[in-house]
This record gives sequence, structure tokens and C-alpha cells, in this order.
Amino acid sequence: MKTVKRIKIDVDKCNGCRACETICSAFHAVPKYSSANPERSRIRVLFDPLRNIYVPVIAGEYTEAECNGRNVYTINEKEYDECSFCRASCPSRDLFKEPDSGLPLKCDMCEERSPDEEPLCVQWCINDALTYEEKEEEGEEEEKPREMEVGLESLVKKYGIKTVRDTLARIAKG
Amino acid sequence: MRYAETGVNLEIDLFRGSIEREASDPRLTELHLGGLGTNAKILWDRVPPEVDPFSPDNLLIFGTGLLGGTPAPGANRTIVSTFSPQTLLMAYSMMGGFWAPELKFAGYDKVIIRGKSPKLVYLWINDDRVEIRDASHLKGKSALETAELIRQELKEPKAQVAAIGLAGENKVYYASIEQGRSSASRGGMGAVMGDKGLKAIAVRGKKDINIARPEEFMKLCNEVLQYIQFRRDNPVVGVPPILAGIGSPQEMAIHDEQWHTTSFSWGNARHRRKDFWTEGTAGNWKETQDKAVERLISCYNCPMECGAVIAYPSLGLAKYMMKCYSKLTYVMGAMADDLEFGFKIAGDAQGYGVDSYTTPQVMAFAIELYENGILTDKDLPGFPSKNEDRFFYLLEKIVRREGIGDILANGVYKAARQIGKGAEEYDHNTIKRQEQIPIKLGMLNPIYYIMWSTGEKVNITQIEGQLPQAPFLAKELREEFVKDWPQLPTGKEEKFKRFILDWGDEDKGLPFWPPIDLVFELVEWQETMHYIDDSTGICAGLSSFPIKPPYHIHNLPRIISSATGLDIDEDKLWQIARRNRTLLRAVNVRRGMRRKDERPPEDHWKRRFPEFETKLHDEYYKFKGWNKEGIPTKETLDELGLDYVSRDFEQRGIYKEKKVKVTKPDSPKGEKAQVAKKDSKKGKSQSSKQ
Repeated sequence: MKTVKRIKIDVDKCNGCRACETICSAFHAVPKYSSANPERSRIRVLFDPLRNIYVPVIAGEYTEAECNGRNVYTINEKEYDECSFCRASCPSRDLFKEPDSGLPLKCDMCEERSPDEEPLCVQWCINDALTYEEKEEEGEEEEKPREMEVGLESLVKKYGIKTVRDTLARIAKG
Repeated sequence: MRYAETGVNLEIDLFRGSIEREASDPRLTELHLGGLGTNAKILWDRVPPEVDPFSPDNLLIFGTGLLGGTPAPGANRTIVSTFSPQTLLMAYSMMGGFWAPELKFAGYDKVIIRGKSPKLVYLWINDDRVEIRDASHLKGKSALETAELIRQELKEPKAQVAAIGLAGENKVYYASIEQGRSSASRGGMGAVMGDKGLKAIAVRGKKDINIARPEEFMKLCNEVLQYIQFRRDNPVVGVPPILAGIGSPQEMAIHDEQWHTTSFSWGNARHRRKDFWTEGTAGNWKETQDKAVERLISCYNCPMECGAVIAYPSLGLAKYMMKCYSKLTYVMGAMADDLEFGFKIAGDAQGYGVDSYTTPQVMAFAIELYENGILTDKDLPGFPSKNEDRFFYLLEKIVRREGIGDILANGVYKAARQIGKGAEEYDHNTIKRQEQIPIKLGMLNPIYYIMWSTGEKVNITQIEGQLPQAPFLAKELREEFVKDWPQLPTGKEEKFKRFILDWGDEDKGLPFWPPIDLVFELVEWQETMHYIDDSTGICAGLSSFPIKPPYHIHNLPRIISSATGLDIDEDKLWQIARRNRTLLRAVNVRRGMRRKDERPPEDHWKRRFPEFETKLHDEYYKFKGWNKEGIPTKETLDELGLDYVSRDFEQRGIYKEKKVKVTKPDSPKGEKAQVAKKDSKKGKSQSSKQ
């Protein structure tokens, strides 16, 4: 058995305040809470207020390539590229990337905190647009890549393992 | 490293087209915090008193609060400051929304604008890249559409845009600056922006705001959030629903408008409709509101839902965003019974960018003049017969300054004097030339007398707060109310609780109760909390305005200290608020504001007490450390570290002025000469260095 953790999003309850972005970016700052910057957040509220569209999107997997054949959605008479609501950090857009390094960002459910606590975006959304759910499901518990691994992997994919290794060695000597 | 603030201001000269980054002096943060405090300091230092609001030398400052953009809930206010074409005094108007945090993330605390652009432009602040861009294609566009077009043309859907509409371009004295769901509306900020040829400021930021003592700060923020939840679950018992919660009045969520519609005046601040709110009205209005409100919305990092997305397809209206009392101002000004009218005209008015508080009053004033033969069909050709239609008619005239609209665009006070023929008699709800909330009451209230008279914002909602509007009649409710009241300032707990416990007793009646020193202490507490918010950028709706708010004098010093690394306790914070408050007064004193300008509208209360009012004035000025003319004394200024102000006053001979003789001291019918006189200077100061 494995535990599946999920953040459920009710877009009808979202009021667009972006408290989730604020607290996420503060929690993941180093040292913890030492800064705030929604650009570093692993959750973003995509909104188009005059069309009454408010969609919190939580950062998902990094993909190294753009996808082909994107679909177009029409909502309230406006067309949206599928990209608009996609969770992936990918080469075709700025969303879910560290603003200085460009490294991909991914939601980690604030797991560094004590494991029985809800992720902070859920705690700070007191209007319950975000709620938390844990379920036991069939299957093996898998080892999740840690944050630095995700970043390093993306660098390896981009520059090749040798360049990354050489660079690290040079920095270490530095 | 600078904490909470960025330490950088953007200096823009629209005439020369220059853009500079200036590091701000951290010492000023210690003295004034930020926001309104440092805005006032800049205006004192850089805009001499003879500068006309429409001079290129006037500055238009978009300031963020010291805590703006930090995780402190509701720290999102943009504090716009300039000199008002309407009052000719320093004006500040604040807006919530998302603009100020975005500016902080772009790396700036303030945008300071001087000069005038020869053609219409907008400013694009994208982190380190700042450009002045052509806006000629946006001329005449609605404020909301302007924001949309700019975001599209910059391909930056996340840019936050503050823009003016047609009214600002045409320098309507009560034009607003609109920012989606929020606006800086009071005092004609939009007119000054239009005069500078600036259509909008778009901003996008991707940088960090640093926190000095993170763990401590976050713990306090979490406590604030928990208290917000607590207050949601525990509304104050014994007050009208609209006042029972926190946030700015929850007029988008709450349907029950009995309190506003039956307590405030309708028309030109004229008629009380005590039996307006019937079951039938309640039903109709609820239905209308449920149809119109598509979603309740918030400002940056605040769980309160004071605003709403408004849609009204049956009226052919484009979607817009609304908040608070603007739902009612046009309805009540027009004596309309129909809430639908309110939602419809407010959308148009927001597009044009006018203050929803002054505008309906100007229109109601014009209708009264027409009905009394002072304005005629010659002034108002084709004037419709229904008030609602007349409001739409007048709105179009005013925002274009067309025909009579050119005069009405100057506000009730000035328009009355331009029209003459007895029109002045209909100007009965202005203070310092600015329209006030239409409230007409019976018995003089000494607390409110002082607040209406001496508030520097010239707007009661920017000074009042914390207290119920009326006594609790039942003793048990009073007991209940004072039982859990942690917001009270240290040392005043028992006194202020006693006030609530006694208020409403037969022998504790207005106006001679409460005792005068308690009146002053209550005023000072209410005002001080506002001045703190105005410098931190925390929304008054979570702090100085509602009853029992989550922010108060005990947690604010710790929140500010842990965010900034400054060492500020309750006394120090109180002193900073006092310094800022006194500096604002000094700016206005230097522009000629004196005691005779400081009084409520003469018919604000039916029962007035001239001698007692004189005493209230005398004693309050003393209490504040001001002289008999309301000018802060040298001792007061020096003690606050404002000795440069007292030196300036001495050099200008302000302390030696002969008192202006008023026939009846503080009589409501006295002259308003001093402020009016300044009009004659306009021509001179227009021709400036540029």
C-alpha cells in the first residue's frame, strides 16, 4: 500500500488572492521564510478577472521538450491554449522556473514539515479553494526525487553529465 | 541588505523622459516607516506650498507600504499622494488590489512622477527595465480596457496596471486611478495623473522581498490569519450585519443594507428614508445582487472577499469589478429604489474613472439646482425627467467636461461658486471643499465632531474605526462586547471598556458625555491606527477600520520589527504615527490650512452647540500640541524630530500671523475664504521651470 497525497482545487471558491503563492514562496526560501516572491512559488493562480477565470495550478513534472499538438479550449468565448492550464515546467514558457537560475520548480507538498501537517498553500487558503486529501492506494511507495535532484537532472539533460560534473568540480575547488 | 522594503525609489520626469533609480535613506524608514509617512516627507521636501496641483512641479507619488508584498496578510495597499486640485491640500488616496506588491517584487518602494509629458504616455516597469511608452492609441479608452490592452500589447498577462479613464484625461477634479478591483479615488489623483499626460503604469516584478527575522515574523502572520478565521466564526453581536465582521464592509457578500439605506441620506445628502428597507425591497435587492455578483474576489494575500466580479448580461454591460459602498452611492444619490441601476451606472463610472463617492453627490446637487430653477434647460439641454436617466446624462457631460459638465467637473464646492445665483446654499455637505459621506444626524457627537473637523484625509472612513457606531442598548451586550477586546492600547483598557459599558445610559448622553479627555483619547486611538496602516500598507479593513480587527497596537510593533529588523515597541510605533500625522498637518498648514477650515458641514447635526464646539476645538488642539490655529507648536515639532518644519514655519512667519477674524468663532456659517483665495494663484504657478 502507498499513501497518495492530493491537493484538490475548487476553482469556484478561488477568490484570486494568491495567498498560496505567497506562503509557498516564503516556505521554500533559503533560509526558510526569509523572503517572499510569487515567481518562486510552486503554485500560481492563473487568472483573467474580466472573464471570471481563476485557476490555481500546482507545479508538476519537469518536461524537457515542448509538447506537440496542443489543444485549444474555448471558455466564455475566449480561446485558451492548453498551455494556459498546464502544470509542467517546460522549455516553452517561464512558468514554474526559478527566476534567477531557470531551474524547474515542482510542488513537494511541503514535506519537510512534520508529515501529518497539510501543505501550507492549503492552510493559507482559508476559503477552501484548496483542500488536502490522503488516500491509501494499491502499489509500492516510490522514492521521490529530491528538489536538488530535479534541478540537477534538468541541467544534465541540457548540458550533458560531463559538463555538469566538470563544472561542479571546478566550483568545489573554487 | 534592506528588509521588507527594497530601499529604491523610481524617479520619473515625464517632461525630460528621464528615469532614475534612487536609493532611499534608511533613516527615513526608522522615522516614518514608509507609505504615507515617507510620501508626506517627500512632498514636504520637494513641493513648495505655492505649487499648483496642475503645475509640472507637483509630484504624483505611488507608494507601497513598508510591509507591502511581505506575507503579512492584507499588506497590499498602494498609497497615492499628491496635491489635490479640489482641496488644494495634500491628498492621499489608497487602493488595494495587486499593484503595490508587484512594484515591490520589481524592486521599488515608490514611483515618484514629476513634470508633464507633451503627449499621452504610459509607464512600463518590468523589473530593471523601465520604459516610457506611447499611449496615444489608448486616449479616451476606459480604465479597464486600457489595462487589458496594455497587458496584451506587452504580452504580459501578469502585469498589474493602474490606469485613468476619460475623466482623468479631462482633469475632472474627482477622477480616480483604477486598478481592476480597486481604485485610488479621493482628491482627484486621476486628474493629476491626466494632467501629467500619464495614462497608466504597468508593472511586473520577479524579485524577492526579504524578511529580517523569518520564523518570528511567520508565527505572527499565522496568528493574524487564525484571528481572521476566528472573527469570521464570531461576528460581533448587537451591531448591524454590515458592521459585525472584518474587512471593508462586506457589501458584495451581504444583502442586508438596512443600515446604510436607512441611516444615510439620499439625494443631495438631503433625505433620510427611515422606512425604506422593507421585506419587499430586501427580496428585490437580494435577487438583483445574486444575479449581478459572479464571484467574490480578494486583494493580494488577503482571505477577505470585499470585492466582486459583476456581470449583468441583461443590461448589456461588460464585466467589471466592484467593492464596498459604491453599490449604493449612485442609487441613493439618484433617489432610485432599484439596485440594478446602481450596478449599471457604477460600471460606466468605473470605466470613465471617477470617484463613486463624490460623483453621485455632484449629480444630485445638479438635480437640486435644476429643480430649484438655478440651472435651467439652457444649461441642461434635453435633460431627461427620470433621475436615473439624469445621472447617466450628467456622467457623460462631466467626464467630457461638456457644457455644464465643465463646471460640475470641479466638484460641488467650486461649481456652486461658479454657478452663483444662490447655488452656494446647496453646497451643504463638503469639508475643505470635498464632498463627504451623506450623513445628517440629530445630536452633535463630540468624538465625530473632532474627527470630521480635523482629519487630514478629509474623509471620515480614514480616521474612524474600532468602535461601534451606536451604543448597545442592552447591558448584557455591553458586558459581552468588552469581555474579549485585546485590541485596546496599553493603559487605556479600563477607560475604554468603561466607555462602552456606560454609553447608552440615560445620564451618559451626547454631546456633553463622554468627558472631553476621553473624547480626545478615543479619537487619537482611532486615528493613530489608521496612520500606522497607511505607512505599513496593511489594509484598514483588517486593521484600523472594523471592530475588533486582527491587527492592533500589540502585534503590529512585533510584526514590523520582525519583518524589518528595526527595534520598534508600542510606544515607538505610536510616536512614529504621531510624527507622520503631524507632518501631514504641517504640509497642509504651510499651504494655508487654518482653524476656520476645520469644521463639519453646518447641517451635519441638527443640534449644534457653538460654545461647546469652540471649547472642543481649543482643547483638542492643545491635546495635540497645536496652537489655537491648529498649527503644531515648535515644541511639538521638535520633540518629534521635525525641527526642520518648525524652522520653516518660523522663517515664513506662520507662527506670527494675525488671527483671521471670524465673526462667530467656529460658527458653521463662517467664511471659507482662505482656501478659496488660492485659486487666483493658479495662473502664476502654471508657468514653471519647464
